[in-house]
Amino acid sequence: MLEIKGLRAGIEDKEILKGIDLVVPTGEVHAIMGPNGSGKSTLSYVLSGRDGYEVTGGSATFDGADLLEMEPEVRAAAGLFLAFQYPVELPGVGNANFLRTALNAQRRARGEAELDAVQFLKMARAEIKRLSMADDMLKRNVNVGFSGGEKKRNEVLQMAILRPKLAILDETDSGLDIDALKIVADGVNALRSPTFSALVITHYQRLLDYIVPDRVHVLAGGRIIRSGGPELAHELEANGYAAVVAEAA
Amino acid sequence: MAAVTETLDTVAAVTEGGYKWGFSTDIEMDMAPKGLNEDIVRLISERKGEPAWLLEWRLKSYAAWLKMEEPSWAKVQHAPIDYQDLHYYAAPKKKAGPKSLDEVDPALLAMYEKLGIPLRERAILAGVEPEEGERPPVAVDAVFDSVSVATTFKDTLAKAGVIFCPISEAVHSHPDLVKQYLGSVVPAGDNYFAALNSAVFSDGSFVFIPKGVRCPMELSTYFRINARNTGQFERTLIVVEDGGYVSYLEGCTAPQRDENQLHAAVVELVAMTDATIKYSTVQNWYPGDADGKGGIYNFVTKRGACRGARSKISWTQVETGSAITWKYPSCILQGDDSVGEFYSVAVTTNRQQADTGTKMIHIGKNTRSTIVSKGISAGRSDNTYRGLVRIMKNADGARNFTQCDSLLIGDQCGAHTVPYIESRNPTAKTEHEATTSKIADDQLFYCRQRGLSQEDAVGLIVNGFCKDVLKELPMEFAVEAQKLLAVSLEGSVG
Repeated sequence: MLEIKGLRAGIEDKEILKGIDLVVPTGEVHAIMGPNGSGKSTLSYVLSGRDGYEVTGGSATFDGADLLEMEPEVRAAAGLFLAFQYPVELPGVGNANFLRTALNAQRRARGEAELDAVQFLKMARAEIKRLSMADDMLKRNVNVGFSGGEKKRNEVLQMAILRPKLAILDETDSGLDIDALKIVADGVNALRSPTFSALVITHYQRLLDYIVPDRVHVLAGGRIIRSGGPELAHELEANGYAAVVAEAA
Repeated sequence: MAAVTETLDTVAAVTEGGYKWGFSTDIEMDMAPKGLNEDIVRLISERKGEPAWLLEWRLKSYAAWLKMEEPSWAKVQHAPIDYQDLHYYAAPKKKAGPKSLDEVDPALLAMYEKLGIPLRERAILAGVEPEEGERPPVAVDAVFDSVSVATTFKDTLAKAGVIFCPISEAVHSHPDLVKQYLGSVVPAGDNYFAALNSAVFSDGSFVFIPKGVRCPMELSTYFRINARNTGQFERTLIVVEDGGYVSYLEGCTAPQRDENQLHAAVVELVAMTDATIKYSTVQNWYPGDADGKGGIYNFVTKRGACRGARSKISWTQVETGSAITWKYPSCILQGDDSVGEFYSVAVTTNRQQADTGTKMIHIGKNTRSTIVSKGISAGRSDNTYRGLVRIMKNADGARNFTQCDSLLIGDQCGAHTVPYIESRNPTAKTEHEATTSKIADDQLFYCRQRGLSQEDAVGLIVNGFCKDVLKELPMEFAVEAQKLLAVSLEGSVG
């Protein structure tokens, strides 16, 4: 379970998150929607531990452990996965090698046995097949020369292979055509289980037609101003953010 | 253990005890006194029981060296080297000479193991035959301070007609070959450090592959500087006759010392018609500490001559050590359709300075060369690629492709690229590509978010950057080189 209480954070002297309260119980998928500049990406970076963000107040725990005290790789080993809005290119680093190194680093940290190359490839190929992705995905260098859609698909493949307990998807739907959107949604839906939870950050309601959330939260001005069921997403789509923001003010 | 401790103890005794001249019989240690003069040159030659022609050659080289000046064009800075404050010959106490690797210092063997060379070899020494289809073993020559301590697989190689032995031995067993080729690629007066080496070279490896022979195993030399205040001047000569092939590996280490140690080696390669030489180096000399104290001064002349048509020489180097690296493995492409290759990874951290690159001299028609250089700078180091591509008048259809990439880690290091291209033939084609990049914070964060530690992330990104070079290394070396890169850069980020 992810529990965020009164979280305040920003860059340099600029406060962006102004007291976030949010609970994502294990097994649930929550969506965070909000206008540009509301702090959506900042929230995902603060939760995953990116340098440069200063936490000035509040707390964030995952299964009772203090997330904010952990190094990014420790959070990853604890089961937190961030699907990046802009996945990063790693020239010369093969996707399979990258993923196996990452998976084994996590397994080592958790005291689990590492996978050898054969075991890993068998598992990875099965995931690729399940996600209807191209076989060469593993052979290519991490995100190098990938189209925008391929990069997002690669994020979903990584998530499927690393099997996190909590996935944060930071606008994974941006720039995707409808086919790619379905692949991303299928990837998340396939992981849905009583032990998996997700925080789906999105600008548009469209993705939520495919990943139906248990709860929807509206983030504006660094605070969650409204929460509701999946129907809230439709309301936002119909009336726009301005109406909800005005109503909350 | 014996050799190391004894050498250390003896050297300590010799240097601290104000030992004056000649070789001490009391301590049974072969060690020349500090300083360089004609007598020292004679002494080295005498200790090795060399023929008169070689002594002559050494003395000529010494005379040439005296008239030369230390080159100053490289982008490296160091305190002046006091050439009179070095020992020019130091050898571990001579016993009967090791019969097998078992008699060689275990610390030395452990170092081998680190370099990944002789694992299979040891198994064979222990009586384990290689299984069908297994990769052939590696034959190793170990040069410890000034002398070669062990050469393995001599018999197997001899059956194939391959000669692989210390050059000091080849002088006696194959004098005609040595006389014919020594100094034929790097003349004694070629440059300051080559002249010095020619005067005082201690030992090194000699390889001869006769006509049509494909060397049945990788050959490897492992160099180690051990004694204090000692210069190491090894000399390697590899000759491959028509249609022959050899892959040769060298590994280098030195212990940690506060003072700088001089290493000035010469490597000469000769490839005749249709011959191929693949020469790989993993250089890990002591680089000095974080403040730039100590470390090896590595001034090396490496050159290969593609004398015959369709011959090929390929240099691959992974350079992570040395306080100063001054090294330009080169190819003289004399034969028509001959091929020269240079693949290099040079890593500098702390206060290390590397000025390295290559020369490709195109003389024959349709000669081709490829240069791939990857420089990685971290800390307060300086990393320079310096290369020359020269196309001579008759080199019709010559082609060169050069790629120089620099990767910067942190904001206090430097990367420099100094490519010279001289073309005297209008039909020649040369290409030069260069990039400079930094390890970006978002790359590191991306890796860490997936579970990699900061250091593993740097290792992964750096190895990705060097992939084009690492894939040229023989497999055993490539794996070790990857580890070495990661270890060299430990603590350089964050």
